[in-house]
Amino acid sequence: MILQQVFDGLTLGIVYALIAVGYSLVFGVLRLVNFAHGATYAFGAHIAMVVVVSTNFGLFWAIIISVIMTGLMTMFMDRIALRPLRAKKSKGISALITTIGCSYIIQNALMIVFGSRSKWFPKIFDYGNFQIGNVLVKSTQVGIITVSVVLLLLLTFIVQKTKIGLAMRAVQQNAKAASLMGIDVNRVISFTFFLGGASAAVAGSLISGYYQIVNPQMGFIAGLKAFSAAVLGGIGILHGAVFGGLVVGLAESFAAFYIGGGYRDAVAFIILIVVLIFRPNGLFGKKVIEKV
Amino acid sequence: MKHNNAKKNLLDTKPKKIAALVVMVALVLYLPKSGLLSPYLVRILTMISLYSMLSLSLNLLTGFTGLVSIGHAGFCAVGGYTSALMWQYLGLPWLVTAICGMIMAGVVGLMLAAPTSRLSGSYLTIATLGFGEIVKMIALNWQSFTGGPLGVNHIERPEFFGITLTTFNGGFFYLSIILTALVTLFVYRIVNSKMGRAFMAIRDDSLAATMMGVDVTAYKMKSFVISAAIAGLGGAFYVHFVRFLDPNTFNFDISIIIISIVILGGTGSIPGSFLGAALLISFPEILRFASEYRFIIYGLILVLMMRFKPEGILGGHSHRPFRLMKGVESYGN
Amino acid sequence: METKQEPILEVKNLSIQFGGLKAVDDVNFKVNRGEIVSIIGPNGAGKTTVFNMLTGVYQPTNGQIFFKGEEIQGKTPQNIVKAGMARTFQNIRLFCDMRVIQNVLLGMHTNTDYNFFDLVFHTPKYRKLEREKQQKAVDILKFLDLDRYLHDYPTNLPYGDQRKVEIARAIATDAQLLLLDEPAAGMNPEESEELLSFIRSLVTKGFTIVLIEHDMNLVMNISDRIYVIDHGRKIAEGLPQEIATNKDVIVAYLGEEEEEDQLEEVEHA
Repeated sequence: MILQQVFDGLTLGIVYALIAVGYSLVFGVLRLVNFAHGATYAFGAHIAMVVVVSTNFGLFWAIIISVIMTGLMTMFMDRIALRPLRAKKSKGISALITTIGCSYIIQNALMIVFGSRSKWFPKIFDYGNFQIGNVLVKSTQVGIITVSVVLLLLLTFIVQKTKIGLAMRAVQQNAKAASLMGIDVNRVISFTFFLGGASAAVAGSLISGYYQIVNPQMGFIAGLKAFSAAVLGGIGILHGAVFGGLVVGLAESFAAFYIGGGYRDAVAFIILIVVLIFRPNGLFGKKVIEKV
Repeated sequence: MKHNNAKKNLLDTKPKKIAALVVMVALVLYLPKSGLLSPYLVRILTMISLYSMLSLSLNLLTGFTGLVSIGHAGFCAVGGYTSALMWQYLGLPWLVTAICGMIMAGVVGLMLAAPTSRLSGSYLTIATLGFGEIVKMIALNWQSFTGGPLGVNHIERPEFFGITLTTFNGGFFYLSIILTALVTLFVYRIVNSKMGRAFMAIRDDSLAATMMGVDVTAYKMKSFVISAAIAGLGGAFYVHFVRFLDPNTFNFDISIIIISIVILGGTGSIPGSFLGAALLISFPEILRFASEYRFIIYGLILVLMMRFKPEGILGGHSHRPFRLMKGVESYGN
Repeated sequence: METKQEPILEVKNLSIQFGGLKAVDDVNFKVNRGEIVSIIGPNGAGKTTVFNMLTGVYQPTNGQIFFKGEEIQGKTPQNIVKAGMARTFQNIRLFCDMRVIQNVLLGMHTNTDYNFFDLVFHTPKYRKLEREKQQKAVDILKFLDLDRYLHDYPTNLPYGDQRKVEIARAIATDAQLLLLDEPAAGMNPEESEELLSFIRSLVTKGFTIVLIEHDMNLVMNISDRIYVIDHGRKIAEGLPQEIATNKDVIVAYLGEEEEEDQLEEVEHA
C-alpha cells in the first residue's frame, strides 16, 4: 500500500512542481510572489476544457491552445497591471496587491463565463491501467509524469542554455546592471510570465485530466500547495521547486490515506508553516545578506 | 463616525467639537426611530458600520504596518465560531462570548504571525491566504463540534438589560455604532502613540526601524494580533446579527471586500476606512444590475487603485499640521 | 565630564567573511569620548561593513567590540541603540510617510517607557511621557535648526536637511556615540561647510562622533584622528596631517582602481 501512496503522491507532486516553477521564475526576476498564479492555472484548465468541448481538435491541441492563450494572458496582465508599477517605482506592496486583484478578477471572470459549478474534463492519456507488483499504475499517471518531466527539463534547458535564459538569470542577479548591459528587462519579464503561465496551463490541464473535473476555484488550493512547494525548495530556485513539489505531493497522498480526505489540503499549509519556522530560505536557499 | 471626523476638521475649538459630537450622537440615536429609514436601510447602515470596523482592523495591519492579510475573514470566522459555540454549548451572554471570540482570534493571529513575522511581508500574506482555507476546512470537517456544513443556526440575539437587540428596535444599529466608535478610538490612540510610530516605521523602512531600536518582529506580531482580535470582534457581532453561521459565512470574498475597502478608502487613513466601507457596501445595493460583476469590481478596485492612486482616496500625506499635545512648546511652528 | 582619553568604543581584531571573501579583516581601532574619528578608504574598502557590525546588522565572524567597556558584538540592534550608539545611513533612510517630528519621535522609541495599557487608556503616565518626548523632539529639531519642518514629510525637504533630520533622529535615541555614514555625500561645498561646523557643535554638546566620509576637505578639517581602511584591512592610522602624507594611503587612493571596483561589487552583492 505504501508504494501505491508513493506513486500517487509523485504523480501529484510532479504537477505541483510544474506550478511551483512558475512562482519561482517570477519571484526570481521580480522578487514578487505572483498571487494570480493559482488563478492562471484555473484559467489554463478552463481554456483547454472549452476547446475540447466546443471543437473537435482533441485534447492535445486543446492543451497547446490553452498554453498559448494562458501565456499571453499572463503577459498581458504583466503589461497592463504590473509594468506601469515598475515604471513608477512603486512599493513592493503595490505589486503584491495588484496580483491579488488580478487573481480575483480572473477567478470571478471564469465564474461568470463558466458558472461556479464543477464541469467535466476529458480523461487524459486514457489507455487503461496495469499492475506493477502491488502498485496500480494508471496510464493517465504515466502520461502526466512523462509530460511534466519533459516540460521541467525543457524549462531548465531554456533557463540554463538559451540566450533568453541567460538574460533571465542576469535580470535575476541584478536588473539594473542587466539593463545597462543592453538587456530589455521588460521583455525578459514578459517572457518569464509567459513561461509561468504556460506551465500553469499545462499543469491545470493535466490535473483536470486526472480528476476529470474543472472548477473556477480550483486554482486557490493548488496555488497554495505549489507555493508551499516553492518555499520548501527555496523560492527562486528551479530544482528546489521540483523537489518541493514532490515532497508536497507525497505528503498529501499519505495524509489523505492516513488522516482522511477532509484534511488533505491542509498538509501543504502545515509544510509551509514548518518550513517558515525552521528554514525560511528553503532547503536549497542561501541566506540573503541585506544591503544597508 | 465618519461625519464626526469630517466635522472635526472644520471645528477647532473644544466647545464646538463637543457640540458637534452631541449633535452626532443625538442624530445616531434618533435615526432608526425616526421612521425616515426603513429597516432595510438601518440594516445597510449596520453593515457599513461593521465593515468600517473590519477595515480599521485591516488598515492597522496593511495601512499602518505595511503587511497584507487576505485571510482576514478567517479571523472573523474564529471570532464568530467562538462566540456562537460558546452560546450554544455554555449559554453565555453575548458580551462574554464576543470578548472570548476576540481573544481567540488574537491567539490564533499570534500563532500565525509568530512563524512569519521574521520574514518579508509576502510570506505573511500567503500564510493568511492558507489560514482562511484551514479555518474553513476545520469548520467543515469537525462536524460534532462546529455543526459541519450545516453550521450553527438560530443564534441568540444579544441582550442588554433585558432588551433583546433587533434590527427593528435599532438595537443592532446602536451596538454596531458603539463597537465601531470604540474600535476607532482604540486604533486612533494606537497610531498616535509610540506603538503606531513603530508600525509606520516598519512599513516605511523596516531596516531603519531596527536600527533605531524597534523590535520589528515583535511589533509586526503585535500589529497582527491586534488586527486579528478586532476582526474576531466583528465576526462575533455579525453571527449574532444574522443569527446563522456556516463554513462559508466568512469566505475569501469577505477578505477581498475588506482589503478593497482599505485600499479604496485610503491606507493609513482612519476616515478612509469609513468612506471605503460606505462606498463598497452601499454600491451593490444601489447598482443592483452590477451585482453579478461586483466581485470583479472589487478586483478591479485593487488593480486600478494601485496603478493610479495607491494611497487611496483619503490616504497619503496629510496637509493638516501635526497635532502636538497640549503644553508642548512648538516655537511658533 | 569624563577625561578625553577614556575610550567609548574599542574594536579588536574585527573580521567578517561573506562566503569566501574577507570584507573586513582584523581591524582594530579606538574612539575616545568627545573625539571626532574618521574612517576613510576607497569605495568598497569595508567601511560601511564596519558600521554594520558595530550596530548589530551583521554579526562579526571574529573579534570584539567594546562599547563603554562592555562587549556588544552579537547583541541585537535594539540593545545597541539602547546602550547609546546610533547611526545614519549612506543613502538616506528616513521614514518617508511619517512627518519629520514623527521620525524624531521614533528615535526615542527605546526610551519611551509607557506600555500598551497606558497608551490605550491615556493614563497620566502616557500623557506625561508623550508630552515630554514631543517637547524633546521639538527641541532637538530646534537645536538643529529644523523646527520649521516639524509638520513636513521628509521627502519635501532639501537634501542637506534630510541628512540633518537623520542626525536628529539618531540624537533622539539619547546616543552618546553617533556613527555618521557619509553625511556630506551629495552636498555642495557650502552645505558641507555648514555641516562641518554643525558636527563640531555636536561635539561641544557632548557627543562623540565616528565618521565615514569621502570629502577629504571635510575629513582633514574636522577629524581628531583618522583610520584608513583598504580591502578590508586597516592600512594607516593617525592625525590628519600624518594621514595626508602617508605613502600607503596615497597608493590606496590613487592606484589599483580596477581591483577596488571588483571588491565594491562583491561587498554589495
